[in-house]
Amino acid sequence: MSQYRLKQGGRIDRNKSVSFVFNGKRYQGCEGDTLASALLANGVHLVSRSFKYHRPRGIMGHGWEDPNAQIQLEKGAFTTPNVFATIQELYNGLEAESQNCWPSVEKDIGAINSMLSRFYVAGFYYKTFKWPRAAWETLYEKVIRRAAGMGKVPELPDPHRYEHMHAYCDLAIVGAGPAGIAAALTAAKSGKRIMLIEDAPELGGSLLGEPGTIDGAPSDQWLASAKAELDAAENVTVLTRTQVAGYYDYNYLVASERVTHHLSPNTPSKAPRERLWKIRAERVVLATGAIERPMVFADNDRPGIMMASSVMAYINHYGVCPGQKIVVFTNNDSAYRAAAAMQDAGASVVVVDVRAEVDEALKAKFEVHCGAGITGVDYSVKNGIRSVDVHAISADGSTIEGPGSTIECDLVAQSAGWQPTVHLHTQARGKLNWDADRLCFVPNGTHVVNPNTSVGAANGTFGLADVMAEGAAAAKSLLAELSVDVEAVVPSAAENHAFGSIRELWIVPTTHPVGEGKKKHFHEYQNDATAADVWLAKREGFESVEHLKRYTNTGRGTDQGKLSNVNGLAIMAGARGLTVPEVGFTTFRPPYTPLTFGAVMGQTNDDTFTPARQTAMHQCHVERGAVFEDVGDWKRPWYFPKHGESMHDAVQRECLAVRQSVGVLDASTLGKIDIKGKDARKFLNMLYTNNWSKLGEGRCRYGLMVNEHGMVFDDGVTTCIGEDHFHMTTTTGGAARVMTWIEEWLQTEWPDWEVYATSVTEQWSVLSINGPKSRELLAELTDIDLSSEAFPFMSMREGNVCGVPARVYRISFTGELTYEVNVPARYGRYVWEQVFKAGEKYDIVPYGTEAMHVLRAEKGFIIAGQDTDGTMTPMDLGMDWIVGKKEDAIGRRSWSRSDTSRAGRKQLVGLLTQDPNVVLPEGTHAVSRVLPAPPMDMIGHVTSSYMSPNCGRSIAMGLIKDGLNRMGQTIDFVLMDGTSVPAKIVKPIFFDEAGERGRD
Amino acid sequence: MFVIECPWCGKRDQSEFITHGEAHIARPTNGHEMTDAEWGDYVFFRDNPKGITRERWIHTHGCARWFNVMRHTVTEEIFATYKPTDPKPELPEGSE
Repeated sequence: MSQYRLKQGGRIDRNKSVSFVFNGKRYQGCEGDTLASALLANGVHLVSRSFKYHRPRGIMGHGWEDPNAQIQLEKGAFTTPNVFATIQELYNGLEAESQNCWPSVEKDIGAINSMLSRFYVAGFYYKTFKWPRAAWETLYEKVIRRAAGMGKVPELPDPHRYEHMHAYCDLAIVGAGPAGIAAALTAAKSGKRIMLIEDAPELGGSLLGEPGTIDGAPSDQWLASAKAELDAAENVTVLTRTQVAGYYDYNYLVASERVTHHLSPNTPSKAPRERLWKIRAERVVLATGAIERPMVFADNDRPGIMMASSVMAYINHYGVCPGQKIVVFTNNDSAYRAAAAMQDAGASVVVVDVRAEVDEALKAKFEVHCGAGITGVDYSVKNGIRSVDVHAISADGSTIEGPGSTIECDLVAQSAGWQPTVHLHTQARGKLNWDADRLCFVPNGTHVVNPNTSVGAANGTFGLADVMAEGAAAAKSLLAELSVDVEAVVPSAAENHAFGSIRELWIVPTTHPVGEGKKKHFHEYQNDATAADVWLAKREGFESVEHLKRYTNTGRGTDQGKLSNVNGLAIMAGARGLTVPEVGFTTFRPPYTPLTFGAVMGQTNDDTFTPARQTAMHQCHVERGAVFEDVGDWKRPWYFPKHGESMHDAVQRECLAVRQSVGVLDASTLGKIDIKGKDARKFLNMLYTNNWSKLGEGRCRYGLMVNEHGMVFDDGVTTCIGEDHFHMTTTTGGAARVMTWIEEWLQTEWPDWEVYATSVTEQWSVLSINGPKSRELLAELTDIDLSSEAFPFMSMREGNVCGVPARVYRISFTGELTYEVNVPARYGRYVWEQVFKAGEKYDIVPYGTEAMHVLRAEKGFIIAGQDTDGTMTPMDLGMDWIVGKKEDAIGRRSWSRSDTSRAGRKQLVGLLTQDPNVVLPEGTHAVSRVLPAPPMDMIGHVTSSYMSPNCGRSIAMGLIKDGLNRMGQTIDFVLMDGTSVPAKIVKPIFFDEAGERGRD
Repeated sequence: MFVIECPWCGKRDQSEFITHGEAHIARPTNGHEMTDAEWGDYVFFRDNPKGITRERWIHTHGCARWFNVMRHTVTEEIFATYKPTDPKPELPEGSE
C-alpha cells in the first residue's frame, strides 16, 4: 500500500484490492474507492490538460464540482467521454485515459498554447476566426473542433440498455445528507409516499466526509440505523446513485440513476446501464448541500491544489491523505476542521489565512500565517508541488506587503467559503438573496407552482444540529400542507459548528499586478478563464453576467461552473465597482450534472423509437418483397421490386399493369371516421366546401376540407350509409388531425348538435382493386351485382366478398375502373390472398404508394399536403366546382377576403417539360427570368413530378403565380446546379381527360 | 411541465394534452355580412397577454374531450379548468 493510503479509517475495504489501468499504467485501489480516490492513493494528481492552454490539471474536488478530473472511460463500444473520476466507482479491470492531451498527459504538445496565452484571451474565438469567410468550414471549424475537444465520442453502437421510469410521490427529498435523512425519518412516519434520492452510492452526504456524533453514537452507526429504518418503511423509496438533474414546473423532477456504472461494462446484467426517472412530487425537500469555493490566487490551478473539504473527505471517506506536507489556505473557519483531519491523518499542516484576526481557539493547534496569502506555487509536472510563496496582504486586499516567505509542501488545501447548492431551487424559479455575512447566495422564496423547501447547507444552514432540525421541520410542514400531521423526528447532534467569520477577498494579489507576468489567477478552470479575462470582458463591454458567461465561458463546461460562477461574477462586481448582488446571477438551467444520450433516449431506440402501425395485410406485402415507407405512423408498401428490379423499373411496371390489367393497393391506412346522428348532414355541410344535403343512401362524394382561413388541409370521399349515417375517409397522415378538428367543432362550437364521430380506421381492411380487369376479377369473388347499372361509379354496395361481409365502394384514385373492398380488419389478409389467387390469370400485381402517386398525378388528382401547403384555396387548385352554393361553411367567408380573392395567386397547373425525358425534381423553383446567379424572381414551384409510363413522358404539377391564366406559356425552372429547364403550363390532367375509364 | 386537471378524468400530466389557443371565441354566424377587417379579426387575431389567459385544451391521450384552462402565462399557475359549456370562471382576486 502506498504512502498516501492511510492505515485505517474510511469506508473502503483494504482487503479487497481492485486493479485498474490509467493512461496505460496499472494501479491498485480498494473496493469502495472512486477512480479519483484510487489515483490519489497512488500519488497521481495530474489527470488532465486544460481546455485552452493545455495546462496540467489535477483532482480538486470529490464530487460533481470537480472541473478537471474528467476522463475517457473504457474503449471501443463501451467508451464514455467526460466521466467524472470523482464520481466513477472503481471496479476491477477499469481502464481510463486522460482527455485533451497528446501524446500523453505528462508530455503534451498542446501545452505550446500556454506560451501563446496572450493571444488566447477571452473572446479569442470570436476575434480570431472571423476572416476570411471561406476558411470557416474548410479550416477553422476543423482546427477548433480538434483543439477544443473534451473526450472522444464513441464510434460504435452502445451495447447497453437504458430505460425510463415514471414515478409519483407525495414528498420527494433530494439529497440524503443529515438534513435529507432527518426529513426522511420524519416523513416516513406519515404513511405518505416518500422518495429519498441520493446521488452517492450510499446515504450520508457530508457525514461521509466529516463524521460526527448523532444520538450519542458515531454518525456511521446512526447512518446504518437510519438506512435500516427507511429501507423497512414500505412507503419510502430510497434511490442511490441517482442524480436529480432537472427540476421543472409543477414539481417535476428528472433524475438519472447510474444502475450499473459501478460494475465493469462487460458484466452480464439484466439491469439497464442507466435509468431516467421522471418524478412528479406533491412537495419537494431540497437537501442538496453546499459546495466549497476556491480562492483566486496566483497559479491556483496546479495539480495538488485541492478543496479543503475534499481533502478531508478523501481522508475520512476513502482512507487517503493526498499529501504529507499540507498548506491550508483559507479565508474562513471551516477549513480549520479540515486541517485538523489532515493533522490527525499524520500530515504536517501550515495554515495561511487571509484574515488578519483569527479566533485563538482555531489557531491553537496549527502554525498559522494570519493576514497572508499564497502568491506563487512552485510546481513541475515531474515533481508536483514543492512549495508555495506567501506574503502579507494589505488591509484593503489589493497588494502584498513585506518580503514574503516560502513554505515547503506537497499539497495545498484551500477554502474561500461555501456556496449552497441552489441549482435546483433556482431551476424551480426560486429567488436568491446575497448573504453578505457569509458571502453566499441563499434561497429566498419559492415559486407558487413548485412548492418546495430548501434545508440544511442548501439553505445556508451549516451547523450539524441545526441542519437536521431544519430537515425534520421542513418535512413536517410540507406534509401539513398535504393535511398530514407528523411528529418532527429531530436527531440530536453533538456538533453544531458556527459559521464563524469570513474575509471577502475575491482576488489574492501577487508579486505582479494580476494579469501581468506569468502567473495566472484562474476563476474558471474547465474553460481556462482568469480574473484578467473578466476584466477584459468588462473593458470590451461585456459587463452583464450573462455576457460575461458567454464571453469568457465561465460556468459553461460540463461542471457548469460549480466552483467558478460566484468567483467570476464577484470579480466582475469588483471591476464594475458594484456589490455581488448588484451584478446578479446567471440563470441555472437543467441538467445540474450531465445526462447521457442513452438516459435521455431510454428504451426508445431502434424498433421502439416510434410506434409503427401495420395493416392486417402487412405480412402479405412482406412476403411479396415490398419496400416500405413511413406514412404517418404507418408502414406502407412503397413498391414491390421483382428479381432485383430498380425502384424506377418496379414503379413503371406497376403503373402499366394497373391501366392494362389489374393492380391492388392496400388502402387500409386511409383515415376512416364513422359519423352518425340527426345533425350529421348539417355538420358535413359545415365541414366540407360542397353540399351534402341531397346525397342519397349508398352514394359517395368527394369533399375538400378547409380551415377557417379558407385553405385546404384534407380531402377524401364520404359515403352515405343511411339517412343519418356516413362513412368518411381522410388522408392517411391527416386522420388524427381531422378527428381532432371534428371533435373541436362538435364539442366547443356546436355542443347541442347530435353528431357522433368515431374513428374506425383500424376496423376496416381496404383493398383498392384497380384496372380494366377489376370487374371480371371481383365478380368471381362476390355476390354483389357489379354491372354499371346496378352499381354505378361513386356508389357503395354491401354484400359478401370471398364469403366475408364487405362494403365495396366504386371510387377511384387512379381513374381506372376501381372497387375499394372494405372488409372487417381481421379478414384483410385472407381476402387479399384470395384476390391474388383469383387474379393470377389476369397477371394481377400489388402496387405501392409510389405507383399510386404516379397514377393519380396522371389524372391530376391532388394529394393534400403535397400539392397544397396550407395556403391554397379550392379555387387556387382549379376546383371551383367543389364550392357549393351555401350560405355558410367553415372557411367560406375567407375566400372573399381581399388577399384570398386577388389576382395573381399561386395556382395549381400541369407542367410538361420540353424534353419529355426530363423529370423536374419536386420543389424546383420557377422563375420569371433566368439570371446567371440568384436572386431571381421566383414565381412558383413543382409539387409533384414523375416519369409516367402511361403517358410515355414526364409529367408534373406545380403551383405557379397566376398559373390558370398562363395556359400554354413556357416558363423556366432553375435546378440546383444553375441550369434551367423550360416547361409548358397545361391543364393538370395527362391521361383519359374525358374520365371514361373509371365510369365504364 | 404542467399537471392539468381534466374536468372528466382528473389530474394528468401535460404530455397527455394539446392546446389550441384562446378559448371563448364564438364563431360568427353572420360571416357573409362582416367586413374583411371584422372577419380577419375573428380568424387571425388573438390576445397574447402577459397574465391570465383562457385557452382551449384537449385531452388527446385520454378522453379526447375539449375543455378550457384558465392559466397565468408567466407564473404558469392554473386557476381553473372547466367544460366548454361551463360559464367563464371568475378571475382570481387581485389579478388583471
